[in-house]
Amino acid sequence: MIRRTAIALALAAAVVGCGGSKTPTITVFAAASLTDAFNAEATAYEQQSGVHVRFSFAGSQDLVAQLDQGAPADAIATADLATLDKVTAKLGTSAVFARNRLVIVTAPGNPKHIDTAADLSRHGVVVVLAAPTVPAGKYAAAALQAAHVTVHPKSLEDNVRGVLTKVELGEADAGVVYVTDAKSAGSKVATVELPTSPIATYPAAARDKDGQRFVDFLTSPAGQAILARFGFLPPR
Amino acid sequence: MSLTTAAVVGVAFLLLPLASLVDRTPWHALPRLLTTSDSLTALRLSLECSLGALALSLVVGVPLAWLLARVDFRGKSILRAAVTLPLVLPPVVGGVSLLLAFGRNGVVPLSLSYTTRGAILAEAFVALPFLVLAVEGALLAVDERYDDVAATLGSTTIRTFFRVTMPMVLPALAAGSALAWARALGEFGATITFAGNLPGTTQTLPLDVYLTLQNDPDAAIALSTLLLALSLVVLVAMRSRWRLTR
Repeated sequence: MIRRTAIALALAAAVVGCGGSKTPTITVFAAASLTDAFNAEATAYEQQSGVHVRFSFAGSQDLVAQLDQGAPADAIATADLATLDKVTAKLGTSAVFARNRLVIVTAPGNPKHIDTAADLSRHGVVVVLAAPTVPAGKYAAAALQAAHVTVHPKSLEDNVRGVLTKVELGEADAGVVYVTDAKSAGSKVATVELPTSPIATYPAAARDKDGQRFVDFLTSPAGQAILARFGFLPPR
Repeated sequence: MSLTTAAVVGVAFLLLPLASLVDRTPWHALPRLLTTSDSLTALRLSLECSLGALALSLVVGVPLAWLLARVDFRGKSILRAAVTLPLVLPPVVGGVSLLLAFGRNGVVPLSLSYTTRGAILAEAFVALPFLVLAVEGALLAVDERYDDVAATLGSTTIRTFFRVTMPMVLPALAAGSALAWARALGEFGATITFAGNLPGTTQTLPLDVYLTLQNDPDAAIALSTLLLALSLVVLVAMRSRWRLTR
């Protein structure tokens, strides 16, 4: 009986503890390709401002759909302007804070000898892309079209990190991801240039003042240095 | 009084979301939304995969139920627990496990990931326990002595199984099949994790709903209504099971 009471009290304390956190927190929706860079941004931002940043990472189109359905976010960062434009009515003005481009990733050592985009259409090469509704998928389709290559992907992942994972696990021979994704995977993948890749533009917009401060931090020299460290290009 | 109030809240909690779905369904546009080539492809694939999963479940599930109900062996309770596991396991964990077992670099490298057969396998993985438990329960309720009498009259085990045992559990087999089929039809997590998402190959209706919701909510609502209607059909077909008439 005493033990049961003790457990109940401990549980109650845990619940109260969860609700009683004092650190101010903001919620930021961010494109899946920003995962690693934004986690670093959050650490730096928390040190500077004392505000904790909580992320929801997903495909940009998914985030916009969630925001449209009333999901609570103080700021949102997507991997293209067109996706963010769908919800700009609910947000402040957007600012471009980074750019990116696509590369082909393969297993370490590139065992299937994929040297150009044309090799992705070769028989027996399992290719995974992001779905055309995701910015990364849209950019990939444009890059392959510009290279005059028709690829029959085995799966259309709902965010670009899914593509990277499938290549890392060896489930796919090759995938098209951002250069920053390839960089985050380190030696777990090999990288092949994709010269026809369009330049991806990352805009961010805030819904309130707390979110705006985080967006401002992204474009500040400190924020830009972190993004550069993860392989992002500056916003011109 | 307060018990009744709580029960009413419970009913509202269950029915309100479904009523909202029906309320928001764009009925006049439904024929158009459900007959786009994408929707029809997903519907055809869903039927194919769920029936395939049901077939697979029947082929291995009925003998498994028989083993659990009729044969005594050590570790039976552990086997029963293992069979029940997919019922309580998060489907996405099932998907990861299937990937590591039957993917290209799997323990059994059958390269089933990203194939329609992979989608069928993922659905069967989560649907199988429904069939096994329904049939096993019915077998346990049937007097084993019928089997014994058939045996003394010279019937082989397999003949007894098909001519004596199975006919007595047909209602349970039908109910278990309906449940397993419905579960297979609604499978999402294991499928998208193991089989990926490709229209016409592995993009079943639930995957289509999830991805369509991101850019065309009306179409996603229409597809959801279709899945709700299919579930209701299963429920009506099984009315003898939930009516509690004894």
